[in-house]
Amino acid sequence: MKTIFAKTSGLTERPFHYCPGCTHGIIHRLIGELLEEMNLIEKAIGVAPVGCAGFCENYFSCDMIGAAHGRAVAVATGAKRARPDRFVFTYQGDGDGASIGLAETVSAAARGEKISSIFVNNAIYGMTGGQMAPTSLVGQRTSTSPYGRDAVTMGFPLDLPKILTQVEGAVYVASVSVESPQAIKEAKKALRKAFQIQLDGLGYSFVSILSTCPTNWGVDPVEALDWLTTKMKPHFALGELKTPALEGGSNP
Amino acid sequence: MTSGITKYLFAGFGGQGVLFIGKVMAQAAMLAKRQVTWIPAYGPEMRGGTANCSVIISNKRIGSPTVGKPDIALVMNEASYQKFIASVVPGGTLYVNSSIVPDLQGRDDIKIVRVPVNDIAHEIGEAKVANIVMLGVIQALTPTLEDEILIKALVELAGKKPELADLNSRAFKAGIEYAQKHF
Amino acid sequence: MAMLMKGNEAIAEAAIQAGCRLFYGYPITPSTEIPEYMSKKMKSSGGTYLQAESEVAAINMVYGAGAVGERVMTGTSSPGFSLMQEGLSYLFAAEIPCVIVDVMRSGPGLGGLGPTQADYFQLTKGGGHGDYHSIVLAPASVQEMVDLTKEAFDIADYYRNLVIVAVDGILGQMMEPVEFPPYQGRKLSPKTWAASGAEGRPKNNVISYYLTPDLGESENLRWGQKISLMKESEQRFSEYLMDDAEFAFVAFGTSARITETAVDMLREEGLKVGLFRPVSLWPFPEKGLSARLPQIKGWMSVELSSGQMVEDVKLIVNGQAPVGLCKRQGGMTPEPEEVVDAFKKQMLGRGQG
Repeated sequence: MKTIFAKTSGLTERPFHYCPGCTHGIIHRLIGELLEEMNLIEKAIGVAPVGCAGFCENYFSCDMIGAAHGRAVAVATGAKRARPDRFVFTYQGDGDGASIGLAETVSAAARGEKISSIFVNNAIYGMTGGQMAPTSLVGQRTSTSPYGRDAVTMGFPLDLPKILTQVEGAVYVASVSVESPQAIKEAKKALRKAFQIQLDGLGYSFVSILSTCPTNWGVDPVEALDWLTTKMKPHFALGELKTPALEGGSNP
Repeated sequence: MTSGITKYLFAGFGGQGVLFIGKVMAQAAMLAKRQVTWIPAYGPEMRGGTANCSVIISNKRIGSPTVGKPDIALVMNEASYQKFIASVVPGGTLYVNSSIVPDLQGRDDIKIVRVPVNDIAHEIGEAKVANIVMLGVIQALTPTLEDEILIKALVELAGKKPELADLNSRAFKAGIEYAQKHF
Repeated sequence: MAMLMKGNEAIAEAAIQAGCRLFYGYPITPSTEIPEYMSKKMKSSGGTYLQAESEVAAINMVYGAGAVGERVMTGTSSPGFSLMQEGLSYLFAAEIPCVIVDVMRSGPGLGGLGPTQADYFQLTKGGGHGDYHSIVLAPASVQEMVDLTKEAFDIADYYRNLVIVAVDGILGQMMEPVEFPPYQGRKLSPKTWAASGAEGRPKNNVISYYLTPDLGESENLRWGQKISLMKESEQRFSEYLMDDAEFAFVAFGTSARITETAVDMLREEGLKVGLFRPVSLWPFPEKGLSARLPQIKGWMSVELSSGQMVEDVKLIVNGQAPVGLCKRQGGMTPEPEEVVDAFKKQMLGRGQG
């Protein structure tokens, strides 16, 4: 019998704990597949965040380190500098990377740390039950913005990948999403490029992935994909925002 | 200077080399196999333009490394004179850079030695060695270690710059000669 | 051969000689000579120095390098040490060995740069959350800074625990003659737990959480056993003229040096006093101090703080003798004469002079 599909060896046998309709699972699979395809499982050290993905060390087949909230990039820096021969990545949510860990993210990018960060933006704090995130949209209702995010008192969503394009040491910055098969293919392409850039020793690579949270958005999984497409995507810069100059890329 | 322990304080503007002559003294004490500690004033005091360090040389194990009441104090500028004259232990000696410190109110219970070390250094041809000239004066009048040991320390601290070692040695000897002639 | 070295530089050199390969830090007075020395010497020693964007980042870089199994250190001073407290709690829970140097300066707040020992509570009782302990070593001379720093790396690896070398600004800035004798290390197990890349072995996770309260309790009990073992095995102290002493001072670091001179002065007056110097602040050397309880009529803690260690002394003395306190704060140090006066006043009931 011919095998036409098998689960990637980049993921363990542990079932995901994620909610129905949450796209963390898709993103995990893409990373697992790339770890396998790029022959990185035995070479990789992943850094898990605090947040919904805080248990992801159980899912990836490689060695993993659990970091404090917001400190994944600093932990990854410490690990990579200690073992420059290893492939080191962080998997972080929007709170981890763009709020409490913003200084770590931007500083690691400025140093051009040879690590790869996967930044999953679902515009809300999922783990703690649906509070406002640094990326929550203006007007978005969350449990700590019950009347909707008011720009005057709560400010505006932060577009982290856009900021990072201005940082010299960040050599690859992409912003992708996973609401459709086509988008998922594009996301995997961006992740592959980010990983390759680390392997080539070019500098910091960063992939932001717009993701869903039907549970805390208060919608069903299909509506969540629609919300991501119609509400989130217009608010965030998308595409390959910065690619290495030697590849003939642009720096908008 | 009782029971084989001597406490020094060296003070002046940043750049007058007071930390350096403290180091020379400490290095020499180590070479002489004596116990020694060297502590600089650090932090905001340094930013204010004055620097100082304290050195203890002892025949036995040194307990307290801080010098509240020096046996021998050196002040290279007026601010240090004002700050430290009261701290010198009765019977101790205060060395004053008289090239720039005016003849201020002194104390009867300590010896005050005024030496125009800037002028002497100028005559040698290098204003920067005023501190080393003063070290020579101190060595001539209140020696704790042998002359040769101090010269050896001066040479060692000059590192790989023989011309600096030579200059420092000349300044040191000039200080000794000045003291022998005038005191 | 002996050489003159600043305490901070001696710590850095000792760390390199002990096989420390990574140093992450953020400059702060009065510990800045540590990162400066590391930035100069790490490269030629085959290691890496990196200036972090903050102490928060630095301690988490330490966490990362320790998690992959390398010898790693950071050095800081009190306000920076405060910023690292979260990291210490995580380092303990993830059982990542590392060495941290705290060259204490006065607080609270931005405080001053002068020497202090007012981080004692934070060092020994834990400034981070949860039931954890760091082993805390308190050298009192530049030579001891070398010896204890070298040993700190072995102790950290042996217990998979963080070890802190705690000194005050005077010890960090002071030069004394120092030697670097060859060091006979402990027998250590290979770090099979490290997340260094799962080459030819099952994957490792280095983490600090548990999902359920029952697992949380069993983990805490396991750590508790380790804490008990460290408490039993790592108490260190040094004594000065204690054998015939009727009164005893308790002091560590610079205040122990000052007190040693005060002891000499009191001995010259014929008073039988001695000095008990904790070398490990945690575990506090309660066995050594307890052994002296029968002979000592009065204890006096000498501290550069409002009186923090004195609480531990009182716990052990437990009412069997009076416990006094001589203190200076905010960056000031007492003269030995002040210690003598405080002793006479509090222990002998005699006023000054």
